[in-house]
Amino acid sequence: MTQYMMLIYASSEEVASDDPSNQISKWIDFDRTLKESGVHVADHRLEDIDTATTVRVRDGETLISDGPFAETKEWLAGYYILDCPTLDKALELAAKAPIVGTGSVEIRPVMEVALPAERVAG
Amino acid sequence: MTHQDEVPFDRGDAVAAVERLFRNESPIVLATLTRHLGDLQLAEDALQDALASAIAAWPTNGVPDNPAAWITVTARRSAIDRLRRTRSLADRTERLAELSRLESQANDSDPASIQDDQLRLIFTCCHPALNLPSRIALTLRTVGGLSTAEVARTLLVSEPTMAQRLTRAKRQIRDKNIPYRIPSPQELTERVAAVLKVIYLIFTEGHLASEGERLVRTDLCTEAIRLGRLLVNLLPREAEAQGLLALMLLHDARQHARIDSHGSFVSLADQDRSSWNREEIDAGVSALRRALQLQKPGPFQLQAAIAALHAEAPSADQTDWTQIAEIYAALARLDPSPVIEVNRAVATAFAEGPAAGVRILEPFLIDPDLERYQPLHAAHAELRRQMGDFEAAAEAYRRAIQLTTNNVEARELRQRLADLRGETA
Repeated sequence: MTQYMMLIYASSEEVASDDPSNQISKWIDFDRTLKESGVHVADHRLEDIDTATTVRVRDGETLISDGPFAETKEWLAGYYILDCPTLDKALELAAKAPIVGTGSVEIRPVMEVALPAERVAG
Repeated sequence: MTHQDEVPFDRGDAVAAVERLFRNESPIVLATLTRHLGDLQLAEDALQDALASAIAAWPTNGVPDNPAAWITVTARRSAIDRLRRTRSLADRTERLAELSRLESQANDSDPASIQDDQLRLIFTCCHPALNLPSRIALTLRTVGGLSTAEVARTLLVSEPTMAQRLTRAKRQIRDKNIPYRIPSPQELTERVAAVLKVIYLIFTEGHLASEGERLVRTDLCTEAIRLGRLLVNLLPREAEAQGLLALMLLHDARQHARIDSHGSFVSLADQDRSSWNREEIDAGVSALRRALQLQKPGPFQLQAAIAALHAEAPSADQTDWTQIAEIYAALARLDPSPVIEVNRAVATAFAEGPAAGVRILEPFLIDPDLERYQPLHAAHAELRRQMGDFEAAAEAYRRAIQLTTNNVEARELRQRLADLRGETA
């Protein structure tokens, strides 16, 4: 089993083209599909990209700016954490995300870190 | 029982003979080992260990009756040892569980499962989560059984670069957790398409070689055809797999006629058709027929049909260009690309005259993005020349020369431009 983060990237095209109540019911269906597959661990939807604030510290100076880390055509709308037997299962589910017709879904394994106390010499 | 009469005298010969034998058996053994171990890198390392053991044992004891079985057993033993030696606890617990499973596992040599294992390996190597150069390298190495050095040489990169590419690909399989499995029925057609793309890329790498690299590259064509046949045997109901095999055989049949004694390319129209390999043409046409019977059309089948029409024309002027143009139109509907449209224009010109061909090219000539395709202008120039419109032809040749990156082609185009001036004089 591998834990994957499924990052949902929306595009402006997507937001403009669909009726909001239709969108909501699609996400509810997607959520149900994930839970019924037994892979769902967690998920969060993020507020609109307008609400993002970026922080950087360079040469000891804290720089705060309005907006995401970079202006991109697609932006992070939310994420899921899924526990899947293999990548293929994650891919199969990702293809069902309501966003994929206009946006993208990135799938990346969550790093498994063994704490130092757990490592045995020899 | 061993074969004492096969033991060569010379130590160097002995090692070479063992390596050759090993190479033949490797792809199949690797596939089975990968299924047992669930880890391609571990399976490869274990196989290397088994090779070392074979080099030590076979020259003295003789080659075993069933080399594949010997290699598999020896490699499994080595894999188990490696697993035991794994250092970190997190890995080790998991691995020790694997060990008990492995040790109790029967050694299956049932042909059906061997084929399944090979299929699994092919699909894994061609998984869409790997980038294309990685898929090609991995397929040649693990399914084709080429050494890292050979893969590097045939794909024209340095050996360290290739070694790195392969290592990275195998690490991605592990880190992304790409499974070793035959795709489900819903995924199968798409995944087969990914495999076919890799095999076809291997073939075209070999087919488009220039004179200097020819020897190495012809091996690539042979290897691609072998992989194509393997896939057809494993998946007899996949029409596009048959289509790809047909296409490769039909192209390969013309191999010897394509380059003249000076090393220049000979166009299809000028090729000596008596030097075409009739056996390969027949095999290609049979494969195409089998594909069409499955009634699942696709681009490889269409391209093969075009190649078959060329192969069956006794001479260039007996080519059925009307049918070819129609098939290109069908291809363009599936895959609207400049490459296909240029070919369609040329075929249409042969069928209906050059003006008809130019009409097909026109939308591409005025599109700033698509216009940067050199063969577009080369074809346009030729058609304008045929129409007697020498000014437009000259302009098109000049644009083609501007866009060309290949010296041989540039020379050819400059010659044609010069010949034009001869015609207008």
